[in-house]
Amino acid sequence: MSPKRIVLRFGTDISVKPIVYRLVKDYDLVVNIVKADVNPQKEGTMILEVTGDQSEDGLNYLRNLGVSVQNLTQEIVRNDEKCVMCGACTGVCPTGALYMERPSMEVRFDGDQCVFCQLCVKVCPMWAMEVRL
Amino acid sequence: MSVEKTYAEINTKIKAGKAIVVTAEELITLVEEKGLTKAAQEVDVVTTGTFAPMCSSGAFLSFGHTKPRMKMQKVWLNGVAAYTGIAAVDAYIGATEMHEDDPLNSNYPGEFRYGGGHVIADLVARKPVKLKALAYGTDCYPRRNLETTITLDDINEAILFNPRNAYQNYNCAVNLTDRTIYTYMGMIKPHMGNANYSTAGQLSPLLKDPHFKTIGVGTKIFLGGGIGYVAWNGTQHFPSMIDVEGKELGSAGGTLAVTGDLKQMSPRWLVGTSYLGYGATLSVGIGIPIPILNKEIARYAAKKDEELFAPVVDYGEAYPSFTPGNLGYVSYADLKSGKITVNGKEISTAPLSSMPRAREIAATLKGWILKGEFQLTEPVKTLPSPADGFTAHSIKED
Repeated sequence: MSPKRIVLRFGTDISVKPIVYRLVKDYDLVVNIVKADVNPQKEGTMILEVTGDQSEDGLNYLRNLGVSVQNLTQEIVRNDEKCVMCGACTGVCPTGALYMERPSMEVRFDGDQCVFCQLCVKVCPMWAMEVRL
Repeated sequence: MSVEKTYAEINTKIKAGKAIVVTAEELITLVEEKGLTKAAQEVDVVTTGTFAPMCSSGAFLSFGHTKPRMKMQKVWLNGVAAYTGIAAVDAYIGATEMHEDDPLNSNYPGEFRYGGGHVIADLVARKPVKLKALAYGTDCYPRRNLETTITLDDINEAILFNPRNAYQNYNCAVNLTDRTIYTYMGMIKPHMGNANYSTAGQLSPLLKDPHFKTIGVGTKIFLGGGIGYVAWNGTQHFPSMIDVEGKELGSAGGTLAVTGDLKQMSPRWLVGTSYLGYGATLSVGIGIPIPILNKEIARYAAKKDEELFAPVVDYGEAYPSFTPGNLGYVSYADLKSGKITVNGKEISTAPLSSMPRAREIAATLKGWILKGEFQLTEPVKTLPSPADGFTAHSIKED
């Protein structure tokens, strides 16, 4: 069974709850936390890889708690026609997926490091970073 | 042995295909290998380049007359207003004008997806552009409205005229406040979470001729992928020299007003640009040749990133409130390394100015000169230099 990649977004009330523990304990799921982040406003984002027979039940449990559950079928791609390699994105990318190669100062994009935060999509001055389904 | 060359001598060599032309980065290597005197003797021309957002940009467009004639009073290009307070079918489209229906910062931070810079980029890409015009009607110009589609090739003249480009140097922006800010220097995170800068450093045209010994009115340049000229000094042209750690340094200082025929430029070098929460603008590619007339000109042209410094400025509080001063200076070598230290804190840096594109411009200009297609022009008037001591005034309020 191949793992399901999902993005969870939740508010302050959920941040204090052991939701991953529940997925493992109550729904017998194998959970790999790809990324987890709680911002200063205590809103959380989590990217999980979930494997197990009861994965749909587990996700319904999260939805009933008020967690936004989104399948991670989208990806961020760079439109090389539009990118001018300025580097503005590298200052905001939280994981270093977008980085400057030195000394050439060319901008590189390592899709494996991308956690789909979409900050680059918003800050790219040339609209070169795109969300693809 | 002294080095003295004239424009005429250099142009003769260019025409004969015998000129020695190097980019500003190649000159640095050459000086390191052979010394300044030998490099100055050998090299005839040094090419520079920069590709970055340059807000004070725009184009004069002369559409041609309608039948019956019309004295356009209001004009929009793809929904972006152009200034028509000039003759009947002339208008100036400014890079930072926004689309009429843009929500601007009402949904902060606004996206500013389409503005005058994007119109200019669409025109130069030969895309069809919607022209809408209104008029009050006169006896000689009776027509009152017009809606049509134009392309760059349809209209009579399109003259890029950028009143302030090619800033000599620029601030490195940080944010000392506790909230994220959205500026023309990009998104700056709180508590000095990142630092953005925007020059090409050792390739940047005016950092390589800080005393304006060779760049002046009439200087022929690479502009937007085509040929352009320096029209005048740019607005806010305040060249000065600062001493940083015992090193002479060009301040933010000098700027250029540049112009050229938009029809021979290229969409690769004029790119519509948006800054989240700030606005839209135009990224412009500029390359300027510097003739190595003597050793002093070579010495400045060979300055490297380690010897060029940018002031670090707080865009959270100091910049918006117009509070003078800065948080110190950092070298372009440090900025390009990806990390600087300010107030004892290590901060990661990101550029807004494309080095790969700057290199491409310097190399392209070098190629044009080597082929004998591009000769140098002696300025018909020199621009104010640091010695002239120009300083800025702020607006006097009643």
